[in-house]
Amino acid sequence: MSFVTPEIAWAPLAPLIIVLGAAAAGILVESFVRTPERRRVAQLTLALAALLAAFGTAVVQWAMLDGAGTVVLADMMTVDRQALAWQVLILVFGVLGTLLFASRTRAGEEAFTPLGSVAPGSTEETIARRKGFQVTEVFPLALFAVGGMMLFTAVTDLIFLFVALEVFSLPLYILVALARRRRFLSHEGALKYFLLGAFSSAILLFGAAFLYGATGTTAYAGVAAGIASATGLDPLILAGAVMVIVGLMFKIGAVPFHSWTPDAYQGAPTPVTAFMGAATKAAATAALIRVVYEALYALEWELSLLFWIVAIASMLLGTVVALVQTDLKRMLAYSSIAHAGFILVAFAGFPDGALSALPFYLASYGLATMGAFAVISQVRERAEDGTVLGEATRLGQWAGLGKRSPLLAGAMALFLLSFAGIPLTAGFVGKFVAFAAAISSGAWPLVLIAVVASAAAAFFYVRLIVLMFLTDVPEGQEDAIEIEFSPYARTVVILTAAAVLLLGIVPGPVLSVFENAGVLLLGAAG
Amino acid sequence: MFPILTVMVALPAVGAAVLWALPSGARERVREIALGITVLELALAVALFLQFDTATAGEIQFSETYAWIPQIGASWALGVNGIGLLMVVLAALLTPLAILAGWWEDRDPARRTHYLALVLLSEAFMVGIFAARDVFLFYVLFEAMLIPLYFLIGSFGGLQRRYAAVKFLLYSLVGGLIMLVGVVALYFQGPGGEEAFLTDNLTALDMSASTERLIFLAFFFAFAIKAPMVPLHTWLPTVAENARPGTTALLVAVLDKIGTFGMLTLCVALFPEAAEWAAPVIIVFAVISVIYGALLAIGQRNMLRLVAFTSVSHFGIMVLGIFAFTQTSVEGAALYMFNHGLSTGALFFAVGFLIHRRGTADVTEYGGLQKVVPVFAGTFLVIGLSALALPGLSPFISEIMVLVGAFSVAKAAVIVATLGVVLAALYVLLTYQKVFTGPVPEARPTFRELTRRERVVLWPLIALMLVLGFLPGIAIDVLSEPSADIVSTVPVQEAGE
Repeated sequence: MSFVTPEIAWAPLAPLIIVLGAAAAGILVESFVRTPERRRVAQLTLALAALLAAFGTAVVQWAMLDGAGTVVLADMMTVDRQALAWQVLILVFGVLGTLLFASRTRAGEEAFTPLGSVAPGSTEETIARRKGFQVTEVFPLALFAVGGMMLFTAVTDLIFLFVALEVFSLPLYILVALARRRRFLSHEGALKYFLLGAFSSAILLFGAAFLYGATGTTAYAGVAAGIASATGLDPLILAGAVMVIVGLMFKIGAVPFHSWTPDAYQGAPTPVTAFMGAATKAAATAALIRVVYEALYALEWELSLLFWIVAIASMLLGTVVALVQTDLKRMLAYSSIAHAGFILVAFAGFPDGALSALPFYLASYGLATMGAFAVISQVRERAEDGTVLGEATRLGQWAGLGKRSPLLAGAMALFLLSFAGIPLTAGFVGKFVAFAAAISSGAWPLVLIAVVASAAAAFFYVRLIVLMFLTDVPEGQEDAIEIEFSPYARTVVILTAAAVLLLGIVPGPVLSVFENAGVLLLGAAG
Repeated sequence: MFPILTVMVALPAVGAAVLWALPSGARERVREIALGITVLELALAVALFLQFDTATAGEIQFSETYAWIPQIGASWALGVNGIGLLMVVLAALLTPLAILAGWWEDRDPARRTHYLALVLLSEAFMVGIFAARDVFLFYVLFEAMLIPLYFLIGSFGGLQRRYAAVKFLLYSLVGGLIMLVGVVALYFQGPGGEEAFLTDNLTALDMSASTERLIFLAFFFAFAIKAPMVPLHTWLPTVAENARPGTTALLVAVLDKIGTFGMLTLCVALFPEAAEWAAPVIIVFAVISVIYGALLAIGQRNMLRLVAFTSVSHFGIMVLGIFAFTQTSVEGAALYMFNHGLSTGALFFAVGFLIHRRGTADVTEYGGLQKVVPVFAGTFLVIGLSALALPGLSPFISEIMVLVGAFSVAKAAVIVATLGVVLAALYVLLTYQKVFTGPVPEARPTFRELTRRERVVLWPLIALMLVLGFLPGIAIDVLSEPSADIVSTVPVQEAGE
């Protein structure tokens, strides 16, 4: 047996190579640039330059793409418009996330611990803090995550799917653990995320093995062919399909695979939560689309029950549990679970419309998520003596925020309205196209449940708006909150708010881009 | 052609943005600016009315269509027939009066600016909704309008204003989201394409009876919440009690008409067969609303709640008229939508003036004011009589048209509903008696007569009701053709109940 070198189309890989190359270069920067401050500047510049360059390359790819797309890496990966659309989206989240990673308080404090390897509260930690240590490796770690996610959206092979999953998950586990404040909470979140993540990877791999056993290949096209030629219902195929999908649902954060979400969202440094919340969901949805539409499309009838149950459970549990949360980050975590349910609603019946609806939905959801966490990172507690502490994430602390900072509170209200799906925000158009996709395949009972859940969810979004605008600052608490000012975080807030509004009022251009993306090169559906 | 409707939507919206953008130094004149904008809007509305061709009142006029989101078939399409025209005029008429009525409400210029900007924003949405010719656009404005209203109720008003605002929002949102399912489902029944949501493209669709009925119900549910029908009305008294009288006046007099307007122009026009199917049940609920609203109104001590319940009763009559499907009853309902706006708007303003003087909405705190403020008492009495549909004032004509028109198809319903009219006399006259008659209270000698500003608010409304009371033809001319069109779409109207 001779080994044949696969044909590699380099040009479609360019955005990926730029991002992963820059990530590797970032590791070198870490070793060779000694002064923390200069290292930080170098890492930030490198990361932003790489992401923007990759963004530009991806856009050029889009423009130059003839036909549906290209198969690269010997059937293991496809660069088509669908993949490029998701990659561009993830790059946008990457740029915004990097800006948030770079944000600091007025006192010069980052969101990350000065030295991740020392125990919380130890003398070493104090020394590291005093000496101005910084974990600048967060930037290359984020680049690796972005690279892995971009890969994730384009893979068409089960083994490669697993590799990409690990490439983006491992950096995220580390990032979650690096919070500067409440480090135990951060460690707890990271450990849960890691354990459940490893567990889900194993399930995914197990499922891939089943599918390989049943069809003799790991390539999506081969799997689809194998399913088509199987006589009757092969339990091996069904078990494999369900396990692969379950592995991806872990990453989307759907019930009952959601239990890492609240802890990871709450414990992670807020910039990481923002990036993770937006980009992971997008990447996992993109991968799920590919698996479902390219490999498992023929199992629509068998799998629909899974999608229905998980979608309903996610919407209901996410909404109901979010209602009783008192911590803002946890509330948004449960809201993200409900949104995972809405995402899965669009999958019901595997309609063609989902291919263009979901990128828009995730774009609107991701932008609002990044914006909301950017706002959270700017609202800080202040101690009696005036020193600024960590983020004020208890709901009650946000009372009267509209008076303290109309800009931040106004932007937050906009993001919440977008989550709730109020017209003239991006979230409404996202919900509209997602529900339209579901109704087109006849899943209107699911949509009905989704709208009821939306209405209930609106209650807790609105509760925060009431707190911010219609409640006065409690007596004696006038000095308890500090509004931070980081130009990076402000930029993210303003950009995302503008985008949410723009996508809500004139969604046409972006919708048509995603409409063009709504065809898969190898899609069984197409 | 001059895009007058787009301008009428844009003008108050831009005005709101201008108010918010004003530097704090320039906020002293903010009331004058807001009033100026709304008066200009009213002038445009009058121009619209004069330009409107009555001979073809059933057709959409001043039509504009621009592609908005062609990808999902949504257009920025505006245009009005006779019914829409009157509603736009009503919105443009009541907004400046509401601003004038609340002239002294805020001491703080920043708060005043917020309030006025939100009022302007609401006006933009109201005009847009009444002029929308695209179901998607209608829906977007219908839902987005909740945001300025939510802040109008929640930021400005009585003790429980936050609770009222959240209650209002959740009720409306539940209705709106269920309607959204209907909107999406309708899209798939329609022709699709880049103008899929134009109402013209959605009429007379060929769909199965069960689909039509489900979509009809999705729409109707949202509208029944808006035009508060028992048992979905409970948000209204809470809001009326806690919001500013000016806000409530706009809300009940204009905004809630979106409910009945939607029933007429969307529910019945797009789903005539389903409307016919549902009519008997809807009429029953309408009659329950008439009686239940009137009975609860009699029991209220709080005048704002009282007026709210009378409106529940009056909306019942409108719905009865719409779903009786006779030319006279539909015409009467459409006319009543306008007249009720005048009458209830005036009533809320007048109650607001009372509250402004004494600081409470409780009727038992008043008494004997007839001798102290005779002009106020007389004005209040006339407005009250309009609410009980006294002949000579315009609500009478519309109410009688509904009842007479509906009698041939739903005798029992009309007989019961007429009882509601009798009850109306009770709650209006009892209130007048408690507030204005009786011994002059000695402890509270100072009670200001209607000021010039307040007369400017109330008297034009009274004048208009008198004019339309004696010359209803002015309004009926523009309503009869669109009503006839709506009636003709409904398949059968033999007396059956």
